[in-house]
Parts: sequence; C-alpha cells; structure tokens
Amino acid sequence: MNNDYVVKMENITKVFGKVKALDHVEFSLKKGEVHAILGENGAGKSSLMNVLNGIYMPDSGQIEVKGQAVNINSPKIALDLGIGMLPQHYKLVDVFSAMENVAAGSRKTTPFLNKKKILDEMGKLIIQLGMDINPNKKVYEMSVAEKQSLEIFKVLYRGADILILDEPTAVLTPQEIQNLFEIVKKMVATGCSVIIITHKLEEVMEISDRITIMRKGATIQTVNKDETTPQELAGMMVGDMMELNVPYVAVERGPKALEVKAITAIDRNKVHILDHVSFDLYAGEILGVAGIAGSGQKELCEGIAGLYHLKSGEIIFEGENIVGKNPEKISQMGISLSFVPEDRLGMGLVSSMDIIDNVLLKDYRNKKGMGISRVVSRDKAEALVERLNVSTPAIENHAVSLLSGGNIQKVLLGREIELEPKLLVTAYATRGLDVGSSQIIYELLNEQKAKMKPIMYVGEDLDVLMSLCDRILVLCEGRVTGIVDPRKTTKEAIGLMMSGVISEGEQACSIS
Amino acid sequence: MLHIVKKDIPKTREKIVVRLAAVLAALALASILVLVAGANPFELYFGIIQGCFGSVYRFAATIEKMVPLLVLSLGVMVAFKMRFWNIGAEGQFLMGAVGTTLVVRLLPDLPLPIMLTLMIVVSFFFGAVWLIVPAFLKARFGTNETLFTLMLNYIALTLVTALQYDFWKDPAASGMPKIANLPQNALLPSASGFNLSILMAVIIVLVMYYFMNRSKIGFEIAVLGESENTARYIGINVTKTIMIAALISGGLCGVVGMMQVTSVSGALSTQITGGLGFTAIIVAWLSGLKVPFVVVNSFAFAVLLQGASYIQTAFQIPGSVAEMIQAIILFFILGSEFVIQYRFVSDKTKREVA
Repeated sequence: MNNDYVVKMENITKVFGKVKALDHVEFSLKKGEVHAILGENGAGKSSLMNVLNGIYMPDSGQIEVKGQAVNINSPKIALDLGIGMLPQHYKLVDVFSAMENVAAGSRKTTPFLNKKKILDEMGKLIIQLGMDINPNKKVYEMSVAEKQSLEIFKVLYRGADILILDEPTAVLTPQEIQNLFEIVKKMVATGCSVIIITHKLEEVMEISDRITIMRKGATIQTVNKDETTPQELAGMMVGDMMELNVPYVAVERGPKALEVKAITAIDRNKVHILDHVSFDLYAGEILGVAGIAGSGQKELCEGIAGLYHLKSGEIIFEGENIVGKNPEKISQMGISLSFVPEDRLGMGLVSSMDIIDNVLLKDYRNKKGMGISRVVSRDKAEALVERLNVSTPAIENHAVSLLSGGNIQKVLLGREIELEPKLLVTAYATRGLDVGSSQIIYELLNEQKAKMKPIMYVGEDLDVLMSLCDRILVLCEGRVTGIVDPRKTTKEAIGLMMSGVISEGEQACSIS
Repeated sequence: MLHIVKKDIPKTREKIVVRLAAVLAALALASILVLVAGANPFELYFGIIQGCFGSVYRFAATIEKMVPLLVLSLGVMVAFKMRFWNIGAEGQFLMGAVGTTLVVRLLPDLPLPIMLTLMIVVSFFFGAVWLIVPAFLKARFGTNETLFTLMLNYIALTLVTALQYDFWKDPAASGMPKIANLPQNALLPSASGFNLSILMAVIIVLVMYYFMNRSKIGFEIAVLGESENTARYIGINVTKTIMIAALISGGLCGVVGMMQVTSVSGALSTQITGGLGFTAIIVAWLSGLKVPFVVVNSFAFAVLLQGASYIQTAFQIPGSVAEMIQAIILFFILGSEFVIQYRFVSDKTKREVA
C-alpha cells in the first residue's frame, strides 16, 4: 500500500527529563525524494533524526522502514536497514587515506586489506556519483568539503540508501554547496532517498521535494516545495507571536556608546564567521542579537571582549579603537562580557570555587600589591545572594557547580552587574532557566538599561528578544541581515532574515 | 554489568574512616610477608615507631627525610594546581644539585652565608630552567609536558653521570667515580642532627601557603587549572601565568637539590634523589594539592622511609621486605581513594533492551 514510502514515523515522542524534545511527531520519506526538515534551534530536528538513526530510543511511537515495522536500537541496526547519517562532526582518521577510512569499520572489509578490490568498488561508486574523491589522498590534506564528500561516500559505500544529512552546508562555501547538491541529485537519481536538516530557506527551496516544518518538538506541517513560498515557510518556522511577560521599559536612548565598523573574522575552517559586521550601540538601549546558533554570535561577543581575533574592522569605544587590545585591558575599560555557554560553566565562572572566589575573579586585580583579599568580595557576594535571591547553603566553601543552573547564572550575571560596567554584553543569559529565574534576569537587564547602560543581549528565543529589546540585529552566517525595531516588524520578517534574506530596512550588509 | 559512578561529595568523616581502614588492611596483609621473612609483625611495626621517634637522633633522621620530600611536593603541587603535569621533579632536583656544585667549583672560597645564598639562587635557577623549557613549548606550541618533563629527567641524570664519571671526577678518590665532597664552608650548619634545611623548609611552607591562598598569582594559577576558558574570559595572561608557575615549581625542586647536596649527601652524585621526585607526585596528589596536607603527608611518608631503613638493621630483615611493606601501604591508600570517590552501580535498571 505504501510501498513508495521508505520511512514512516508515527507518533514519535521522546522526553529528556522534563523537556519534551519530540511530541507526537509524524514524518515520512518517499523513495527517491529529497526531504528537508526545517526548524529553529531546539525544534527537535536532530532529535528526530537521532531516533531514526538508532541513537535515541523513542519513548513511544512506531517506525516503519521499507514497509516493515522496525525497532531501531543502534546505528548498526539503522545501517542494516539502509539508513546512514552524516555526522555533524566528521569522524575520520586524519593520517589515513580516503580508501583506508572507507575500509575501516566497514563490514565488507576482510582481516587483510584487499586494496585492489576496495579501490575497484570505490572507483565504480565514485564514477556513478560523479564525486571528486581521490582514494589515496590523506584526510589531513583534505578541505572541509572533501572530508564531507568522503563521509557521504563512506555511508553510501556501506550500503545506505536512506541518507540523513544534518546541516551539511553550514561549513561549506557557496560553490561547495552547489557541488554537494549535485551529488545529492545524483544520489537520488540512483534510487537513494535523502533527508536534509537545515534552516536556510533558499537551500530548502533549491534542493528539496517536500519540506517538513518542526517547531518546539512538534511537526507543524509537511508541504510540497512547489506549493509554498519562503515567506510561508518562515512564518511556520517561527510561529505566531506569543504574549510574554517580559516587560519592555521605554527609555529615551542616550548617546552612541559603541561603534562597530565592518569587523571580519575567520574561523578554523577558513569560513568567514563574521563578515563585515557593522552596528552602533547606544546608551540606555538593549540591542538584541538574533540568529540561528553558530551564525557568529559567540565570535561577535568575544571579538568585542578581545577574546577572538578579528581580521579587520574597528570597534570604537570611548573614542578609541579597541580591536587588538588584550582582554584584560578591555575589561578594565569597563566592557563586561557574560557569556553563558551550553554547559553553563565553561566561561566566566570556576565551577569548583565558591561564590566568594567567583566574585573575586573579577575583583582581585583592584587590590594593590601581590596579595588578594576576600573581605570586599565577601560583602559583594552576600549582597548578590541577597538581591538576586540566589538559593545556596553558603557563599563560602560551597562550589558553585553544586548550585542549580538558574542560581549559577544569577551569580554570573549578578557579578557582572555589581561591577558597574560601562558596557554590558550578555549572551544566552536565560539559557535553560525556568520562567521565574528568567524574569529576574530580564528585570536586572531593564534596571541597567534605565541607568543608561548600553546593553547587548544575545538570545535564542525570538519572542523574548522582541519584547525585551529596543532593536534587534539579525545575524546569518556571520553577516548582518538586518537591524530592526521589533515593534515595527513581524516575527516572520525576522525569521526570514535569520534564514539569510537580507532586509531592505534600516541597514543592508555590505558584501565584498 | 556494573557501572562506576562518581560520588557527589565524599564526607570528611567517611574519608578518614576509609583511609584508616586502608592502612590497617595494608598492615594486615604486610604481616604475612613479615612472618615469611621470619619476624614478628607486631614487634616490627613497633620497631618502625621506635625507629622514627625512639631518640632525638632518630627523630632528626625522620625530619631529614621529610624535608626534601616536603619541598619537592610543594613544587610539584604548584604545577599540578594548574593541571600542568610536571613529573620532572627528579630532573629539576638533579639540576639544582648540579647548580649548587657548580657554585662551589667556581667560587670555592666564599664565606658560608654568601655561599649558601648564592647556592640557593643558582639551584633555584637551574631547577626552574629545567621546567620553563617544557612550559614555554607547551604554552607556545602545545607540546605534551608530561612526556617532555619525564624525558628531561633522563637528560639531567645522564648529565650528572657524565660529571661524576668524567668531567668533575675527584682525582683524589683513587679511581672511584665520585665527585669531591663539598668543603666545610659550603655545608648547611647543623645541631644534633637537625640542619638548617629544616628552617628553609618552614619558610618555604609559610610562603607557599600565602602564595597559594592569598596571592594574585596563586589565585590565577588555580583559575587557570580549573578552566582555561574562564581564565581567558577574565583576562588572565595564560602564557605568563604558566611561565610563573613553572618558574616556582621547577625552582623549588631545584632548591631541594641544594639542600640535599649541602647536608645529607655532601656531594653531587647520581644517587642523591633516591626517587623522591616521583614520591613527591604521590604526596602532592594525596594531599589534594593543599599545603597543610602536603606537610602532614610528607611527614607520614618520611616515617615510612625512616622506619623501613631502621627495621632493616634492627630486625635483620632484607631491605626489599621493608620496601614491600611501604609499597603495600601505599597501594592500599591509593586504592582507597577510588572507594572514596566512586561507587559501583548495577546498570540493570538502565538498560533492559540490547
């Protein structure tokens, strides 16, 4: 009956702790189609694919592969069913050649490597797919795109005919993306089916046959490419505007506090992680930064704080260009950065130290001489715990890693604010916090804004950004795709910008 | 299947109980060995106590064994606090001793106070250089400090061998490959077995306590050890901090070389370290990298060392038996750390499928 469906997933639910990562998700894949899964961060795209690939076990729901109900317990079983997933982080042995990497771990490989046979088989497949792979090239000599082709090849060589590509274009240049799409088209022509996870609308429109949109762990809709528009997709991706209790405080905006002029940075993969980013930040405003994860937010924050090397551009603070100054100097000038990473503890706090010592971290240099004194820090720590209602048994000899996530973040942000910085850069301040704790953080930020502090707030939740911020800067792949007033725009418009559509509003980015 | 899970926070009382139990179990097991060697275990253990505290002279010998171990452990601790695995204390020790001997050979006629001061400075410098080289290469090129410091041990040992058998060989020793003893004006003054290195050690302990707990650099070293990202975020100069920590760590180990040459051994030789540079790693680690515990544990190890050497002569048991008793106790204490930090969990509840 449904022979043309190679994968059917029904009612898939997966709960992590209290979070419903997948909530009765429906998904189906036809034979020979390219199916895009579209959604914001945390929409459940990767979770769903990890279920299909046997990495996660769903709490409930059925999976049918090629017409048969299956129970996928491990990636090995998935591969037996012909499902192969391209890992986001490549798992290749650098000192091995392409051929050796393909042979390693393949079940076709005999105890003694029959190089000729493998090369023959590889050759056939390479010609069939028109891939540009030199079997004798060592992995460490390959570019990112070559490594990716090799990973795809590896999966295909092992017999997969259902291929999952998890954000494959994130690390590629436009030409390389075209090559990848050529390969995908050839794969489909040979009878493979491809699932591609992405949040770039233009790519979705170019490559896919059908599109499933996910939001907050649920399937919103599956549509045919020919029957939709990027605008409609962006709307479904971000959803309707939600009423939040995030208070917006109107403050007359003050003078220009920070001027960022065309800063550019290049990451390890030689990709422009920041590409001529320019904006101004004024006293008494909260400038929100929106974007899909990894669009350059972290590099932007670190670039301002002097922690990330900027290739070109200027950052003017108090009449001085701070690009090239060391982080210590910049922090002394009054620029404070509080960045909450995914694990919450990696930056800014020392997990094994108590609250006093963590407050001391930013304080100890103020004392003259060789020594440190905990007297001032103790007072500050007490004030912080009191004011922000941090629940902790003690401020001394009680490692912050033993506190709950919300309390840890209160300590981090509270410390930065206690320092009375001249410029506050904060990223993901409410990451993983419950509503109540988030509320306290928003109030703290608004309080600082009322004191005419310039604040840059990098956030994940568009609803929050839109109600909290005075202006929102949208980043996509390191480029500014728009700086907008959230009260004069729609969520859908911002969603489009996040997906790379440059706004015609206040400021278009310059591409050179 | 059993899983090993880290405990949340071990309680202080539990720690003490487990460690005491480990020592008792070790002594029980060692008793079998002692019986085989033909001695009475109880008498023997009492003998160890006697050998360490039985007389002023013996107590002095215990302290004499404690001092180098204590200072080495403090040196190692500084590097470890930064998660910089300096296992080259042996080499830094030897180089400090080489530096000390060099001072005497170049300026043999200095008066004692100047001589000692100069020897301290030079031995500190020699030890520091032996650690700053790998520290610099790690900070700059990301080389592996563990391998590097370990290999430098052998270079230092080979250098001392060359000095002892050739370049600095004492012509007056009638063909014996030894380096001449230091003259009187280069030896640490001592009184009834207690020498000046004890005072040096006391000063070093106090300074290091202040350094680790109350100084800016000590604080920066601790932050850097816990999280390099955080250190960078608050603007700590990572390279500079690594170099300073290496300077102090290597320098302290170097000074031990001076203490040892100018008191216990009286001359540079390939034997002077007695493996203490490695024992120091265990002491520093068992002490949780905290100065007061380093003092306590160095003393405990010194008791084992002195006790072992005493019972060899007093009970006529082979030296190897004494060493084995030491090893058993150590083994049990290290093993008990595992019990303190981890527990076993059956994973039946976790996985029912597959």
